[in-house]
Amino acid sequence: MKRTGDLIAIALLIGACAFGGWWPRVASAQGPETYAIRNARIVPVKGAVIENGTVVISNGKITAVGANVAVPSGAKVINASGLSVYPGMIDSGTTLGLMEISSVAGTVDTAETGDNNANIHVDVAIQADSSHVGVTRVNGITTVLTAPRGGQIAGQSALINLDGWVSRDMILKSPVAMHINWPGGAGASFEFSGFGRGPRRSITELRRAQERQVDGIKKILRDAKAYGEARDAAAKDASLPKRDLDLKLEALVPVVRGQMPVVVNANVERDIKGAIAFADEMKIKLIVSGGAEAWRVADQLKAKNIPVLVGAVLRMPTREDDPYDQAFSNAALLSKAGVKIAFQTQDSAHVRDLPYNAGMAAAFGLSKEEALKAVTINPAEIFGVADLVGSIETGKVANLIVTDGDPLEILTQVKYLFINGRQIPLTSRHTELYEKFKARP
Amino acid sequence: MRQTKAIISALLTLWMVVASFGRSMPEGPGSAPAAGSAPMAVSGEMLIQNATILTASHGTIKNGSILIRDGKIAEVGTNLKARDPNARIIDATGKYVIPGIIDCHSHTAVDGGVNEGSLSVTAMVRIRDVIDPYDPDIYRELAGGLTTVNILHGSANSIGGQNAVLKLKLGKPVTEWFIPDAPAGIMFALGENPKQSSAAQAQRGGAQATPRRYPVTRMGVEETIREAFIRAKEYLQGWKDYEAKKAGDQNAILPRRDLMLEALVEVLQGKRMIHSHCYRADEIVMLLNLGDELGFHVQTLQHVLEGYKVAKEIAAHKTHASTFADFWSYKMEAFDAIPYNAALMASRGVNVSMNSDSDERARRLYLEAAKAVKYGGMSEEAALRTVTLNPAIQLGIDKRTGSIDVGKDADLAIFSQHPFSVYTVPEMTIIEGEVYFDRKADLERRDALKKEKEDLIRREREQRRGDRPSMQRPPDVPGERPSQPPSETETDPDHQPIER
Repeated sequence: MKRTGDLIAIALLIGACAFGGWWPRVASAQGPETYAIRNARIVPVKGAVIENGTVVISNGKITAVGANVAVPSGAKVINASGLSVYPGMIDSGTTLGLMEISSVAGTVDTAETGDNNANIHVDVAIQADSSHVGVTRVNGITTVLTAPRGGQIAGQSALINLDGWVSRDMILKSPVAMHINWPGGAGASFEFSGFGRGPRRSITELRRAQERQVDGIKKILRDAKAYGEARDAAAKDASLPKRDLDLKLEALVPVVRGQMPVVVNANVERDIKGAIAFADEMKIKLIVSGGAEAWRVADQLKAKNIPVLVGAVLRMPTREDDPYDQAFSNAALLSKAGVKIAFQTQDSAHVRDLPYNAGMAAAFGLSKEEALKAVTINPAEIFGVADLVGSIETGKVANLIVTDGDPLEILTQVKYLFINGRQIPLTSRHTELYEKFKARP
Repeated sequence: MRQTKAIISALLTLWMVVASFGRSMPEGPGSAPAAGSAPMAVSGEMLIQNATILTASHGTIKNGSILIRDGKIAEVGTNLKARDPNARIIDATGKYVIPGIIDCHSHTAVDGGVNEGSLSVTAMVRIRDVIDPYDPDIYRELAGGLTTVNILHGSANSIGGQNAVLKLKLGKPVTEWFIPDAPAGIMFALGENPKQSSAAQAQRGGAQATPRRYPVTRMGVEETIREAFIRAKEYLQGWKDYEAKKAGDQNAILPRRDLMLEALVEVLQGKRMIHSHCYRADEIVMLLNLGDELGFHVQTLQHVLEGYKVAKEIAAHKTHASTFADFWSYKMEAFDAIPYNAALMASRGVNVSMNSDSDERARRLYLEAAKAVKYGGMSEEAALRTVTLNPAIQLGIDKRTGSIDVGKDADLAIFSQHPFSVYTVPEMTIIEGEVYFDRKADLERRDALKKEKEDLIRREREQRRGDRPSMQRPPDVPGERPSQPPSETETDPDHQPIER
């Protein structure tokens, strides 16, 4: 009886595919829960490469990895002879799920209005069925940090796996960090570079405005500290006055207590130095994001163990007289100085090009090993999820890709894709449109 | 601000010139010019040897040589020898040589705005009048193997201005950059940009914007183009009538010259190529049909992100397509863009090129070409052609550039590895036999340039202190400014530098 039901379901599925061009986006109903990927070259990222081995996936987790691993009975066997297994790649900074078409305001939920948006958290606004999800994961990216963008204190990010019926299915960790856009002089930050609007202001004036804004953020953080102390004190002692709930300050309490890292978006040398001093003074856990000129501050970042989420590598140098390849070599210079780096695209539609950012950095001095780590285990460590993702190790979430080569190379194709141990079809809005119009007579 | 930029640019140029004189001039044949200074005149011959040559026209030559004489490719093969004993020899063992890359959609080095946006038909304005040969992006583009660009007017107008096809001969007088026999061209644009939907949206912040300019629909764009060509035909007829009459009729009146209509007459006469910005399938077919009706040919469709839907119609019109590799979803009309576009159009017989539309992307077009192999399985040689021979054909300059063939201009790029590997590094860029970019020389002079700059800043500081003792502030260092927010381009429709 159950078998008949399955057959009907399959028939319906085939019918749906044939008529509507519709493909299941989540394959949870299909196939066994246990997989064995055999005869594969396994690049676990942590630990040595296994030239010919097996990875076993069961109930969403990696249950065995090695050269001599028994295949459990009932497992679906994938013969990966000539193929390689890598951990799924992680993008350390995106707006994926918050935006569909950047110029159509109705589809954009990246930036809340107001300076202090500390209580904003992206997990509630991730569009699980965004076309960007499918387009991204078929290129081997299985996890992204989705971060808000608006205001000086932009809000809280989440790490999401790129598979799920609703956003809750996708969340790997939320919140991950508080995001701050380093103040740039009240909207006149582009004045010197030529994009400014409004009256001209000297560099000195801009710097004063910037200092005032940084002081403003510091004051908010001090308020949050006091708020937290008063709240805790009132909880212990009923005779103390109770403070009204303040959602913004409430959200910042873990930050000022060093429990939640702060990702500060800063690109030029002066601002990165400013952010480091700010973190020292406020005793917060800093992660630098963007960091276009982080190479100029590499020693200081290393000394304080501050990681850098290197913003898009594929961009122009920040200064006219920088070497032409400065944006490409930034990551290598940081890595050589001992700074922990991870790559981010700061994009949504083009997250699939994450590996080519890492690859370009490798062309210009970063070791290939470090480039791969910077899109796998490094972000997992930076965001505190190294026990879950970022490498192929027993017990971790089964986010894996099986490829016909180095995943940072453009010509490499992803052959199999697993997220949370589920085999995901290698289809997307793009493959669907391709198939549809390839069939046009 | 423009002024500030100009001053910085002038200072930099001055500094580069000073720097190039300041060095002890060790260059003979065998070393490269400084950025911004004219390339060394080489002896008549240059020989590149032991290279893997990707010709883009007739396959790959392993362990091959290219002999260059007087700026042209004299011989291509294996074991070639130079005749001239002073020939510059470039050992390219382990390296790859490809034709100099051609970008069929660029706005590089345009001084000021790329859009004369006051009218929707501005066929009279010319990009060639506003080329800034000191734009620092030029050197950066050379450093990505780029040699030739099609610099287009922006896409704000249904019929925009006239383009310029030129080689990036950095350091030479700009008059020498233009390819003399490149056919003239003109920019057209369809869809969201000429109907100004983003501009209207930005202005208003609400749904009921007052449009600034006719047209505001795709219907209006079609009528705007039709009306312009009808006027151009009447204008041409007016001249014909005058020419016929003037010998026998003393009172024949000389028609008033109209530079806008003249450019469109040239289009009708097949003397000026249309390069049309477009996205959606409907507007692509609209323009092709309008051409049939009014008697013009569309040479290239630019972006043409839905070209894969109507590849049959494009091929039937013998129209070429110049597209992005995988750029999408940045506007409504780019939402159906797929990275398989190039391969699918090519499989239906359309000549396809990959373009940049961005100075940044222009530096890595070799990797954009690789994406045609990844998405849709184009052969590697066909994919290489999308940034070399195909754009040359599209621009009508394939007799002189675009492939490694005897008799063509020696426009070449040398890479450390196969140009489709993400780990490759462009090492040398050659235009007409002269080296315009040499990574080795670039790396070697960095320390000297850095010291030179520090000296100049120090001297300037001292001088300021001497001249104006009250002035305490150090000079503003270019580039030192507060942080930029992350990719504002995505949320600010008014600041979209990528697609113009």
